[in-house]
Amino acid sequence: MMGRGLGIAVVVAAVAVLPLVAGPYPVKLVQEILIWGIFAMSLDLLMGYAGMVSFGHSAFFGIGAYTAALLLSKWPGLLSGLAAPALAAAIGALAIGFLSIRVGGVYFIMLTLAFSQMFFALTFQNAFLGAEDGITSVPRPTVLGLTVTSLGAFHVYLLVIVAAAALLLHRVVRSPFGHVLRGIHDNEERMQAVGYAVRRYKLLAFVIAGTVAGVAGSLYTQFVGSISPDAFLWTTSGEALLMVIIGGTGTLNGAWLGAAAFILLQSLVSSYTERWMLILGLTFVLFVLFAPGGIVGALRGRVGVRS
Amino acid sequence: MLVVSDVFAQALNGLAYGVLLFLLSVGLTLIFGMLDVVNLAHGSYYMLGAYAGVATIMVTQSFWLALVIAPLAVGLVGAVVERLCLRPLYRRGPLDQVLLTFGLIYLFEDLVKWIWGGRIRGIPAPALLTASVNVLGVTVPSYRLFVIVFGLLMALVLWLLIDKTRLGAIIRAGVFDSEMTAGMGIPIDRVFTGVFAFGTALAGLSGVIAGPILSAAPSIGAVILIPALIVVVVGGLGSLKGSLVGSLIIGQAETFGKAWLPGASMLMIYAVMALILLLRPQGLFGRPLR
Repeated sequence: MMGRGLGIAVVVAAVAVLPLVAGPYPVKLVQEILIWGIFAMSLDLLMGYAGMVSFGHSAFFGIGAYTAALLLSKWPGLLSGLAAPALAAAIGALAIGFLSIRVGGVYFIMLTLAFSQMFFALTFQNAFLGAEDGITSVPRPTVLGLTVTSLGAFHVYLLVIVAAAALLLHRVVRSPFGHVLRGIHDNEERMQAVGYAVRRYKLLAFVIAGTVAGVAGSLYTQFVGSISPDAFLWTTSGEALLMVIIGGTGTLNGAWLGAAAFILLQSLVSSYTERWMLILGLTFVLFVLFAPGGIVGALRGRVGVRS
Repeated sequence: MLVVSDVFAQALNGLAYGVLLFLLSVGLTLIFGMLDVVNLAHGSYYMLGAYAGVATIMVTQSFWLALVIAPLAVGLVGAVVERLCLRPLYRRGPLDQVLLTFGLIYLFEDLVKWIWGGRIRGIPAPALLTASVNVLGVTVPSYRLFVIVFGLLMALVLWLLIDKTRLGAIIRAGVFDSEMTAGMGIPIDRVFTGVFAFGTALAGLSGVIAGPILSAAPSIGAVILIPALIVVVVGGLGSLKGSLVGSLIIGQAETFGKAWLPGASMLMIYAVMALILLLRPQGLFGRPLR
């Protein structure tokens, strides 16, 4: 246990001091990994712990991203960059979750997928939200009197928020609430029979995951400086699912590995060939067929962990 | 009078689109009902059908040959995918199958881009059907009428096949309980492959038929899946009747949305879906949910 805590501390410290020793390109890659990692981790809370496979997680990423883009242009503060996107995503997750949780399994997959596409349609045709082009030149916020525009300042800002969100998810999973979620995953009928309000637990898990996804979306807007309807595309949800699977479902920290593998592979492959999508598709197929436990599962030497 | 004829013209357009959606969604719903697989790559088979049609026309100059060859080719691809990739996953949860078919979307899209390039392609309507005809005072492209008649005929044939033949009885039994059907001595493995190939061939067929109306691009697979999925959700999973009724509703919603609410046309089908789900969570003709 001590060794593990030390390992985590070393990794966090290494990420934190990266801008001091590395050039802008690797730092930006790491920042992208942090953002997608926390997004994938929030999805893992649903998939790996509550057993709810959502194909519409991009909806909350997009809600957070658009809320931040709209508000930061007027009031560039932490309220617009963090609190409001989280709140908006939570409200969105509450509404979509309420409608989708009534059904299970594949029906849930299809419903969440359709709802996320609904947001795509909404932003794609709405002039106020910039229609197809989205919202561009979004400024970065001012935090504690300091505007986080420089690479190093944004790095620290990003790391603090992402670390806080990751800690929150870890706490949730270890709490009694998290144990109930695992119980629901293993046997929903039994949990119902024992007296748990299963739907309320699932809805709360959906809202927590959606909120963190909204924060990830907001950070993404601030990272890129713009946002377009593509953020809502259901394929974004699919890519996050792939990150979770590659890393290992139901491990939370596997999401970092999955996001890192995905983004590094993408930037590596794209610099050699145009056939990135082909490789992405093949990775999907091969991982599902031969390594359902993901990287973490393979490291632990067991195959088929919670799927 | 002008308004009435306008509504009629839109309704015909909606019917043509609805019929296309039916050909696409019926495979999705059959595959789900029988194999318990949500085939996210179903739109990709539509896209493959369109490109196979383009290729066949390039070689043979015949739309009618493309209408036969493209679905067969796509069905063959479907059969291979079922045997090689899906079969090992039946014993695992539905998640693995969903993810696998999601990966196939990227695979197919990039392969087609590799072979044919990324630009948008169209299939010209056959020479026989390039004119327009007058239906009750409304000018309609004759190809659209052909699509409507062809699609409704296909619906009739499918209904006869599934409701009246021995093969249809086996398929219905498999949808109801595949293990029990296997226990009765039916070679369920082969039926599974057959249903998957048949469903994907229908998707390929709809890709060819749609060619002269909607153009095709490699990325269309992930896009066309959404209305098909909504049809299945609205109509009820695994129901042939639901697929037909759902397609016709969504076809009309989409077409009238485009004509009357151009600023929010893309939202129409979602509004219809949300409304129906609030009233009937299992869809119009779906089995009650657990």
